[in-house]
Amino acid sequence: MLKVNNLHAGVEGNEILNGINLEVKAGEVHAIMGPNGSGKSTLASVIAGKEEFEITEGNIELDGVDLEDTSPEERAHKGIFLSFQYPVEIPGVSVTNFMKTAINESRKARGLEDMPANQMLKLIREKSELLEIDRKFLSRSLNEGFSGGEKKRNEIFQMAMLEPKLAILDETDSGLDIDALRIVANGVNKLRGKDNAIIVITHYQRLLEYIIPDFVHVIHDGKIVKSGTKELALELEDKGYDWLKNESVV
Amino acid sequence: MDLKDKLVSSFLAFENNVDVDHPVHDIRSEAIKNFELKGFPDRKQEAWKYTSLNSLQKIDFSIFPKQINALEYKDVKRYFLHEIDTYKIVFIDGVYSSFLSETTHDGVDICLMSAALSKPMYKQIIDVYFNKVASKDESLTTLNTAFSKEGAYIYIPKNKMPKKPIEILHFATGNEAALLLQPRNLIIAEENAELQIIERHQSLTSNEVLTNCVTEIFAAKNAIVDYYKVQNDVKNASLIDNTYISQKSNSVVKVHTFSFGGKLTRNNLNYYQNGEYIDSTMKGVTILGEKQHVDHHTLVHHREPNCESHQDYKGIYGEKSIGVFNGKIIVDKIAQKTNAFQQNNNILISDKATINTKPQLEIFADDVKCSHGCTIGQLDEEALFYLQTRGIPKKEAAALLMYAFANNVLESVRIPELKMRINRLIAKKLGVQLGFDL
Repeated sequence: MLKVNNLHAGVEGNEILNGINLEVKAGEVHAIMGPNGSGKSTLASVIAGKEEFEITEGNIELDGVDLEDTSPEERAHKGIFLSFQYPVEIPGVSVTNFMKTAINESRKARGLEDMPANQMLKLIREKSELLEIDRKFLSRSLNEGFSGGEKKRNEIFQMAMLEPKLAILDETDSGLDIDALRIVANGVNKLRGKDNAIIVITHYQRLLEYIIPDFVHVIHDGKIVKSGTKELALELEDKGYDWLKNESVV
Repeated sequence: MDLKDKLVSSFLAFENNVDVDHPVHDIRSEAIKNFELKGFPDRKQEAWKYTSLNSLQKIDFSIFPKQINALEYKDVKRYFLHEIDTYKIVFIDGVYSSFLSETTHDGVDICLMSAALSKPMYKQIIDVYFNKVASKDESLTTLNTAFSKEGAYIYIPKNKMPKKPIEILHFATGNEAALLLQPRNLIIAEENAELQIIERHQSLTSNEVLTNCVTEIFAAKNAIVDYYKVQNDVKNASLIDNTYISQKSNSVVKVHTFSFGGKLTRNNLNYYQNGEYIDSTMKGVTILGEKQHVDHHTLVHHREPNCESHQDYKGIYGEKSIGVFNGKIIVDKIAQKTNAFQQNNNILISDKATINTKPQLEIFADDVKCSHGCTIGQLDEEALFYLQTRGIPKKEAAALLMYAFANNVLESVRIPELKMRINRLIAKKLGVQLGFDL
């Protein structure tokens, strides 16, 4: 589904990604771990199409199609979703209206009519139950005054509504207490399927106890320095990242 | 002949049509003398540094319309807040239109300035209030005073509240090549009275129109006045709005100014606090494009202790538009425990747009809370990216962010239908369809 080939990218001549290779197939969950500043979030943003980053070498393919010159919204229409570490507050626009706009824009891009109101309501009800979201929450302004946990839950709610092919969860566990973490992970697990894939970006192993990955990759200095199965995450928890940093030098 | 000379000489003709024995005529005569002395303000004056009236003065404006024009309701319905029932005071080329208006004398007076100035029953009130808060030396205000004859007259007695909001509409038909209008409004809310007013100036053609409007508002103890100015006029229409507000203890006067249209708009909004525990609130949303120019000049004069003032103006400037915000707050020595807040936040969405923003605080009391903040920025790239990753195209995403930016100014609009109308105007001005009513 997703192929990242020798990806080099950066900002204003400052290279952050140094030749990333990654293949994610339908039905898989990949975890990307690494210390602060290793390039995890940059990789997520570059896959989602953030224009600030310049790709200097390599490319990203979705279903065999190069995503070069594809805008973030077009990528979203193709099924890429990015859950933000710091979701943006939009005063005056309710969660419901925001989702309506997002869903109908995607439908418009695919040549479909707006989703009928009753169908939209049904979908909202169904997905908000999945994330244990209160109805009142949906009429509040998007992310405005939300707690850290509410923001993250709302991100996963949006993911559930948009049903992406490839979801990238960037530090979704940061700022979550254990109950919120469980609800969010549970929501994500219910969205796992044979036709979609998930990339979980995290600093800690904690989230991976709830969302069990098929593969774990460690990024350091903009490169994947080690890949393995879920056991690698446990090893990292024990030993920290330092032993891998040394490995990359060799 | 330049515009100033034309105006001064027209005053003689004007006198043929008014009662020169009325005490108000002495006020007019004084006023024209002041205007003759001072003329139009120019950019050498600090208050007019960023706004020039030079090009407007080159236009050969008619001072009086040559004929009486009529309009069909169906042709102008969209300018009314027709979703709800309202009182309406409507003028066409400066002349009252009884056909389009709905006035009342049922417990409250919602009618015409010309009636108030001519009928004996209003004389006492006119003596007490007319031209009492409006400036006697600001030249454009005195120009209006000199020619004051018609406009809205609203008197709400103690403990009364009109059954519905009041709309004041001024249409310019464009049947004149260029027309100067000078409406004069007087609004009095006695103790415990409450009212809502929506004001709009609308030109219906591309012919030049210049409106120099003066509104005096008096709010007695505990009175509540909500005033909404909807400025969405056409390209060749300019407006100089001069609003003067006098407040007594515990009164609340809120003025919302929505500036989306017009060629040149100057809002002079002046509050004078004459009592304690007063709330003076002014809010504005300005969204401009092309070569539009809007200048907000506010003044709050805190003259008594324990009062508040709140100012919150948001501006979005595109293309070659120019915005000015000058917020002056004076706190007299006696006015201890004053809370005065001022915010002016701006987004420039074009490299060629300009905003000049300036707080001006003169504080003579020592136990006060005054804050002011001016910001000028661009749209937040991270926020745009966030919306785009949800599948919302960049243009719509930018519009949503701009709407969110202006939003808290809209929250205090207390007429839901008006709020919805403003939301639609904003969406239209931003050029987007968002799939739901903002």
